[in-house]
Amino acid sequence: MMVVAAARELAGKRVCFVGVGLPNIAVNLAQRTVAPDLELVYEAGVFGARPARLPLSIGDPTIVTGATAAVSMFELFAFYLQGGLIDVGFLGAAQIDRYGNINTTVIGDYAMPEVRLPGSGGACEIAINAREVFVIMRQGPRSFVERIDFRTSPGNLGGAAEAERTRRTQGWLGRGPSVVVTDLGVYRFDPSGEMTVASLHPGVTPEAARAATGWDLALPDATPSTAAPREEELRLLRQELDPEGAYLR
Amino acid sequence: MSPSKVASMRDAIAGLVRDGDTVAIEGFTHLISFAAGHEIIRQGRRDLTLARLTPDLVYDQMVAAGVARKLVFSWLGNPGVGGLHAIRRRVEADATGRPPVPPGLELEEYSHFGMVARYTAGAANLPFFPLRSYFETDLPAANPLIRQMPSPYGEDVVYAVPPLRPDVTIIHAQRASAAGDVQVWGLLGCQKEAAFAAERVIAVVEEVVDESVIRADPNRTLLPGLVVDAVVVEPWGAHPSYVQGHYDRDNAFYRAWDAISRDEARLQAWLREWVHGVDGRAAYVEKLGAERIAALRPGSAPSGSVDYGAYR
Repeated sequence: MMVVAAARELAGKRVCFVGVGLPNIAVNLAQRTVAPDLELVYEAGVFGARPARLPLSIGDPTIVTGATAAVSMFELFAFYLQGGLIDVGFLGAAQIDRYGNINTTVIGDYAMPEVRLPGSGGACEIAINAREVFVIMRQGPRSFVERIDFRTSPGNLGGAAEAERTRRTQGWLGRGPSVVVTDLGVYRFDPSGEMTVASLHPGVTPEAARAATGWDLALPDATPSTAAPREEELRLLRQELDPEGAYLR
Repeated sequence: MSPSKVASMRDAIAGLVRDGDTVAIEGFTHLISFAAGHEIIRQGRRDLTLARLTPDLVYDQMVAAGVARKLVFSWLGNPGVGGLHAIRRRVEADATGRPPVPPGLELEEYSHFGMVARYTAGAANLPFFPLRSYFETDLPAANPLIRQMPSPYGEDVVYAVPPLRPDVTIIHAQRASAAGDVQVWGLLGCQKEAAFAAERVIAVVEEVVDESVIRADPNRTLLPGLVVDAVVVEPWGAHPSYVQGHYDRDNAFYRAWDAISRDEARLQAWLREWVHGVDGRAAYVEKLGAERIAALRPGSAPSGSVDYGAYR
């Protein structure tokens, strides 16, 4: 459901930066369904990828064969990303706060962490330079937290007003996070810059969403239900993209 | 005609990689010289500073083998699988909050673009490289070498990273001439920048080709022999990483590494068997077996060729 919901968000988008993990499968599904003209950009240095198989990593050989361009990482980060050509950057997160600020660096203290997470990779610059950011992640009280342990990728900072002012004065091209897709629902950001429920997946109650959130989650009066996966979406996922279930449970 | 730089892996590592060096074995997922990493382990190098964007399994192995005192990086994961546990064990507090078993590992952390920018500054002889990253994050506080600076023109503010000049950069490639002109295709990563930034360069290749092959396609040349100190011919030298057009990434190995890496004793046993227990890459390939090798060969997707034109 999470992958299907994320893929649907890409309808109408033109150039998408594909991150490692779940974004990889969501973007490939989108290209085969709602966004056939979607250009896949991989930070490893590929524009216009057409992977014949689902890439396990973001540097798989299948992203090169048949692509439009294979370029150096300098070119990719400087001209494509920083130059403003990326419509959507897709990020994962270990921790996220209500304003969409993300932690993928450490749980605990930086100097002596409880858990050393992978770190930024390209996430930090993607969050700043992609025109908008989608986040896909599993939701629970340990991931949807009141306060993240380390800010790896900036979202709406301390709120929309601060974020708007900061982006303007510092010259960011990106407008920040616009949607967060989890295994429980789809979230967007309200005018104050805070995450709010857009829809909950079939079978997920508002109480369950609240219980899985470390802050006082904003819920609308009537919570729409995410449209269930269609047969074609499931077929593509289970038979074509991920027959071995590497990504999907 | 230029003299041959072809050397054995043993001689290249012995002559060009020294204790305490800053070593970059570069290749972003593609063209990672595991063979060189293993030879560095076999020769017992110590106190190395290892630089890569993603340490990948090669530095997880080298750190476990005890060659490194420091890691310079931007993403500490097993791509598509999970974490690098040998590295994590050396930087995480244990369950009681005690620091890791000595010797620990010093970390110097950036973002991908930060690392690429560092090599670029190193290659271009610049005192820093500016980029639009790190704003409003905790990375500059964690790494004081990432510094904010004003533009000399107008009101803009950017972040600067210092140059990275490895003592030795090691790359893997499809082919090179004996004089060291290196050609690649597929993901380019930041091999070029890391090589031009380095004091010494080792190019490990699937095959040596005649100079005429290089000169027939100058757009494909990554590095001129001018910056290469040794050319090592080591087919399958990138396994479990891959070489575009030659062999696939051994994703099964990357997945299997997760369990091996989580268990220190098991990891050490793996090193004894697959690194210390073989005398070089040829023996490693033989140990992998013909069946596994055959399964990693891709289909064919030739690029066609272009005509540069003969101008007289």
